Amino acid sequence: METPTKLPPSSPSSPTTGFSVPSAEKVDGFPRRSMRRARQRRSHSSSQFRYQSSQVELTPLPLLKDAPVAELHDLFCKKLQQCCVLFDFLDCVADLKGKEIKRAALNELVESVATSRGVLIEPLYPEAIKMISVNIFRTLPPSENPEFDPEEDEPALEASWPHLQLVYEFFLRFLESPDFQPSLAKRYVDQKFVLQLLELFDSEDPREREYLKTILHRVYGKLLGLRAYIRKQINNIFLRFIYETERFNGVAELLEILGSIINGFALPLKSEHKQFLVRVLIPLHTAKSLSIFHAQLAYCVVQFMEKDATVTEHIIRGLLRYWPKTCTQKEVMFLGEIEEILDVIEPSQFIRVQEPLFKQIAACISSPHFQVAERALYFWNNEYILSLIEENCQVILPLVFGTLYRVSKEHWNQTIISLIYNVLKTFMEMNSKLFDDLTSSYKLLLHNNVDLITK
Amino acid sequence: MAGAEGDDSLYPIAVLIDELRNEDVQLRLNSIKKLSTIALALGVERTRTELLPFLTDTIYDEDEVLLALAEQLGSFTVLVGGPEFVHCLLPPLESLATVEETVVRDKAVESLRKISQEHSPVDLEVHFVPLVKRLASGDWFTSRTSACGLFGVCYPRVSIMTHTFESTLITAVMHFRTLCSDDTPMVRRAASSKLGEFAKVLELDYVKSDIIPLFTALASDEQDSVRLLAVEAGVSIAALLPQEDLEDLVMPTLRQAAEDKSWRVRYMVADKFSELQKAVGPEITKNDLVPAFQNLLKDCEAEVRTAAANKVKVFCESLPEDSRETIIMTHILPCVKELVSDTNQHVKSALASVIMGLSTILGKDNTVEHLLPLFLVQLKDEYPEVRLNIISNLDCVNEVIGIRQLSQSLLPAIVELAEDAKWRVRLAIIEYMPLLAGQLGVEFFDEKLNSLCMAWLIDHVYAIREAATCNLMKLVEKFGAEWAQNTIVPKVLGMANDSNYLHRMTTLFCINALSEVCGQEITTKHMLPVVLKMSTDQVANVRFNVARCLQKIGPVLDSSALQAEVKPVLEKLATDQDMDVKYFALEAISGMYLFNLPTYIFSETFSFSSILFFFFSFSLSP
Repeated sequence: METPTKLPPSSPSSPTTGFSVPSAEKVDGFPRRSMRRARQRRSHSSSQFRYQSSQVELTPLPLLKDAPVAELHDLFCKKLQQCCVLFDFLDCVADLKGKEIKRAALNELVESVATSRGVLIEPLYPEAIKMISVNIFRTLPPSENPEFDPEEDEPALEASWPHLQLVYEFFLRFLESPDFQPSLAKRYVDQKFVLQLLELFDSEDPREREYLKTILHRVYGKLLGLRAYIRKQINNIFLRFIYETERFNGVAELLEILGSIINGFALPLKSEHKQFLVRVLIPLHTAKSLSIFHAQLAYCVVQFMEKDATVTEHIIRGLLRYWPKTCTQKEVMFLGEIEEILDVIEPSQFIRVQEPLFKQIAACISSPHFQVAERALYFWNNEYILSLIEENCQVILPLVFGTLYRVSKEHWNQTIISLIYNVLKTFMEMNSKLFDDLTSSYKLLLHNNVDLITK
Repeated sequence: MAGAEGDDSLYPIAVLIDELRNEDVQLRLNSIKKLSTIALALGVERTRTELLPFLTDTIYDEDEVLLALAEQLGSFTVLVGGPEFVHCLLPPLESLATVEETVVRDKAVESLRKISQEHSPVDLEVHFVPLVKRLASGDWFTSRTSACGLFGVCYPRVSIMTHTFESTLITAVMHFRTLCSDDTPMVRRAASSKLGEFAKVLELDYVKSDIIPLFTALASDEQDSVRLLAVEAGVSIAALLPQEDLEDLVMPTLRQAAEDKSWRVRYMVADKFSELQKAVGPEITKNDLVPAFQNLLKDCEAEVRTAAANKVKVFCESLPEDSRETIIMTHILPCVKELVSDTNQHVKSALASVIMGLSTILGKDNTVEHLLPLFLVQLKDEYPEVRLNIISNLDCVNEVIGIRQLSQSLLPAIVELAEDAKWRVRLAIIEYMPLLAGQLGVEFFDEKLNSLCMAWLIDHVYAIREAATCNLMKLVEKFGAEWAQNTIVPKVLGMANDSNYLHRMTTLFCINALSEVCGQEITTKHMLPVVLKMSTDQVANVRFNVARCLQKIGPVLDSSALQAEVKPVLEKLATDQDMDVKYFALEAISGMYLFNLPTYIFSETFSFSSILFFFFSFSLSP
């Protein structure tokens, strides 16, 4: 039985607020003003498609808390229907009264689902899911900035967030309510629903993705029949991201959910899961935008190893295969991930991969980029890794010795040189005989080479 | 003897295998790229029996190597012994067609398509068709994706074999149908993008009975990425069907696509609109496409409007002649008018790049009455790109109404662009100057634009100064040497005394460009003295550009001027203390020797050591 564990704490009810205020104009001579102005204007027309049907005038309904018990469900249903009306938020003065009525109604619905028991009865399920679908499912608008860089650029925020947030909040409370019955919900929260939910993860608005993450996690947890389908669709999204478009905003969020799903995998691992690791998670490392989701990805990879040590070799060889050739920033990330892996590696598995692995580490040590070299040398500060190295000194030292010796004489960066001296010292203490042998044979080699050149 | 010969012939493959296993990717890549040489050395027999099995086994390499391999194998037919044996290339390409990396797979499919043409119909059926079937029913999505691209190439040629044709075809259609409803969207996308091609090779009956339902299903797929690819297929299919079937079989689906809830699908429709228009013919265009086009021009997403705006001219041009003008005036023009003041710059800019083309379609009166006001609005647009696009298409209007009508508004627009803060904008407008000058005439030019052209010469961006120099040359080509002598040459030469050395260099660059078009007289009389005087400039960069300039204008000068004036100056520069000045002076001297002074290099004033120096530096320069 698979059970997803709890997501890392990040309360969706208070999502990050840092995004709402655009930072001060950049002073690099390329003002962003024109772009932002275009954004405001563009969005002005962009929601007409959704807005077409909303000529309805809303009238306030009585409060839920004042309603007699007999009429409560009826009123609840009416409020749900009222909330199906969509408003144009890009025109911020349009129909203020209607917007306020809907906002109040949504607030009441959230409150009611969260606090009172016995509200969620069967006839309300289709109405609730319909209200949620109408509000959240939409074709995401084209990205305003075709070269949108999630690390550099301000994300485009969803204009209708004041309502959308409450709808998401309602959905979440609905799923988390003690009255929630999966057997009733599964009729309405079906495959099509989930597919549309997954497509929303491409939203540029981080607040929306945060909600989606928690919601999908709950759906996965409660609706068992949808689990395989959800995993498969996430696979498809990732494969498309890796091999087709290289664009999808919600990779980190989906990986975070997967991290907790993997944690709950039953043993022995099904071949479907191993395939997911080898054909999806490992190739994800090739993405250009790796830095955005690397932490979550590395977490998933390590989860797999902790589940089943036999996948270790696949993982390490996969990473070595996709090792970055020109991007030093990514190289540092890879090294970080290797360290996380080595932290939990089983000694028997370590032996299987040590040769190719330490060849790569030696290559990193001789990188002219000092951060790469430094990150690789830090491995020797890790006690567990050090103990693995010590056990296999006979194999590893010859692999790295030449590099260490050469780089210790040549590197431009003092920090690297002193780190290397420490590493050499460690090796000397580990196995002085081997060390001396290698030193003398290396010097001999060097000498012969010099002879060859001078002759 | 025999043994030695055997060793010899093994050598190339030994090297190859050695390099293929090398740790260095670059070496592996190189050896793959030399594959044809090695195959040639091995001969066809051993290529088939040893090399290909070896290659088939080594398909676990870096994608870069695999890509090279996939490409190589596409042109290997001769190397395995010609069409008769081409089928032995299939196993390695089959494995490559299942690789994850899209570029490798696509290349493998491309090569498979290529060699499918070299199969005989029998081989196609015996070897190729089973391969397509294997790929189409592969476990992992990659092989199924690749299979989609092969149906269209192998079936038309199998059909020559009439006795099995029916059954082969029926299974092919069956396989393709399965791919169209595949579980993974990746495969459905591939099927969707190849559906049109497959339809083309089938007989009409099959298209109607089998392809249309597939098209309809793909066009209403749950994923917009599949639906949008179906649009193109729809266009191809529409082109195959007779007019009377279009309305029933494809139009409902295409109409639905034009109103799809996903902007990506609508964008695709807009993008393929001209092809669609051509495929469905004039009647459907009038009844269906015109309103659809109006909607796309008014779409709520700027991306869709941009794509549609780009098509305005082609769409109008291809309207049936009898009703063209009415349709444009009553249906299209109102939308165009709205787009002129669209909120999105890309929409306006797309429109600006085609709107001028409408004038030839609508004729003089309509242009003056309806289009001219729009041009004027766009010429004043806040975004430089919009204005630029109008200006760059002025020639279309010129033919219809003459550019004078516009000159009042044109001038401020040009001036503003000429002084735009972004140098790329300035650069773009410079490129249109010769065209504008030709259309506006010399008087207007002298009065209004000449000063702009001169101002660009002292722009602070080199690319602008360079373009300005080139622009002067083109202007002189248009207006003649006499005009040059009166208007621009004095100003250019005046800059030789500027305190900024960059401006002094610009003078030299201008002379480089102008000497030939201005002719010998002006060059010798006016330009040469200035150049020679600059040879004593205190900045070395100016001096060596004097040397280069002299070399450049040498062919224009007569030999007496060269001997009497240029030669001494270059010789002096050849002894300059600055290395670069020396270098270019010597290069100029030798360059002129090549042109028209055959004995120059041996003259006694020229020291042997400097010739040596020249040859030495020449051999060092790249």
